[in-house]
Amino acid sequence: MQKYSVFSLIKNAFSNHEKWDLAWKDPTPKKEYDVVIIGGGGHGLATAYYLAKEHQITNVAVIEKGWIGGGNIGRNTTIIRSNFMYDDNARFNEFGMNLWRNMSQELNFNVMFSPRGIINLAHSDAQMNAYARRGNSMRLNGIDAVLLNREEVKKIIPMADFSEDVRYPIFGGLAQPSAGTARHDAVAWGYARQADSMGVDIIQNCEVTGFDIEAGKITGLRTSRGDIKSKKIGLCVAGSTNVLAEKLNMTLPIETHLLQACVSEPVKPVLDGVVTFGAGHFYISQSDKGEMVMGGDLDGYNSYAQKGNLPTIQHVLTGGVALFPFLSRLKMLRTWGGIMDMSMDGSPIIDKTHIDGLYLNCGWCYGGFKSVPSSGWTFAHTIAQDRVHELNEGFSLNRFSKGYLLDEKGLGTKTWIS
Amino acid sequence: MLNIKCPYCGDRSQKEFAYGGDGTITRPKLNQEISDEEWDNFVYLRKSPRGKHIELWHHIAGCRQWFKVERDTATHEIFRTFKPEEEF
Repeated sequence: MQKYSVFSLIKNAFSNHEKWDLAWKDPTPKKEYDVVIIGGGGHGLATAYYLAKEHQITNVAVIEKGWIGGGNIGRNTTIIRSNFMYDDNARFNEFGMNLWRNMSQELNFNVMFSPRGIINLAHSDAQMNAYARRGNSMRLNGIDAVLLNREEVKKIIPMADFSEDVRYPIFGGLAQPSAGTARHDAVAWGYARQADSMGVDIIQNCEVTGFDIEAGKITGLRTSRGDIKSKKIGLCVAGSTNVLAEKLNMTLPIETHLLQACVSEPVKPVLDGVVTFGAGHFYISQSDKGEMVMGGDLDGYNSYAQKGNLPTIQHVLTGGVALFPFLSRLKMLRTWGGIMDMSMDGSPIIDKTHIDGLYLNCGWCYGGFKSVPSSGWTFAHTIAQDRVHELNEGFSLNRFSKGYLLDEKGLGTKTWIS
Repeated sequence: MLNIKCPYCGDRSQKEFAYGGDGTITRPKLNQEISDEEWDNFVYLRKSPRGKHIELWHHIAGCRQWFKVERDTATHEIFRTFKPEEEF
């Protein structure tokens, strides 16, 4: 594999950048693989990469219905954080933070990880108390958490509306300075390129149409490009999890919902980090290009549409203008939507299933992007060793029936309001 | 924007309604032994199909009645709306 560096860049400039190697091949599917990963998004590609790198399993295929990076890995708002209260979520995502910090070097691909910090705003004394508790839990798990008062928040985001007669006056906030953003497409491409170089077949435009199960064991799958045999199959299909679960006669604690995001026209640097305004159903960051990247609530009803409705965008931006009045002067460039695998407690599932050789990775709700490396790493371990790693043992499929929920926000099972 | 026909009030904008989730889930019968599996099915497990979906909606900014909607989750086409007591 050609190494990317400033020297290769200069060298290729002399040939008008026409002689770069392909970043990954376009193979035809083989008849059999040791492991097949369904879903060529961030989680699927990361899983394939860590299977090859950490477990030396290279006879692997990643099957993707569309093109790699065309799903939620290319549709998210690129936020990376580990500001969780519960141990299972906190440890898992803090493990991921360490993978993020070295990702560009490890993948030889600039993912533009930029640890610019996140602030969750608080609007009452009670919320400040809750944030103090969450911050303390984070610090016990070795995660940097800083409780900010109103004046400290004002220093960081002076352009927010700090008047006292608004519906949600800013009392303070909880910050995680080491949180940040990254270039989401680069994450998919970087993992794909490295996985491909180690022998993983990335097979695009290949839809899974069925599974072969014999005596409780998975033996292969049927696709639009032929049958493939494999004794181990991993599902990383996010919003399409229920579609494949139906083919497997499984019912999961997952509902598929639509989440929208939007960006404004690019402006000069105004916002350093990520700000979430939970009370206003709104969060925002500024991209390297200067666009204000914004999102908020789910559309609010089961959806596979991958495009959203206007009332939700209107609702989200109403909250945005309430917090940052200057936004009302900006034009919106684009809105788009992605379909989320909303789990019943807001936390993910990375586990084995009742079918031998079938592994499940889903339930990322709208926080899947930050977990791409930690999810890929633990899912690869779960598949390779046929047992969960201690980092993902809390993300079990049976935690719902057993009562060990990881309900970070205490919202219950109404996935569409979370 | 969805246009939802409330069976009591007629066509209204989506903004008047609140969503109530899967309308095919039934609560286990009262005063009977209920297994963990039955509770699991009732509380957590959802089909969430791509395609036709029977769901509950609440006309919260209108007549405040609950009713059921048959809607396509991929195209958002609404096939019919009906009162909860009307059999599917």
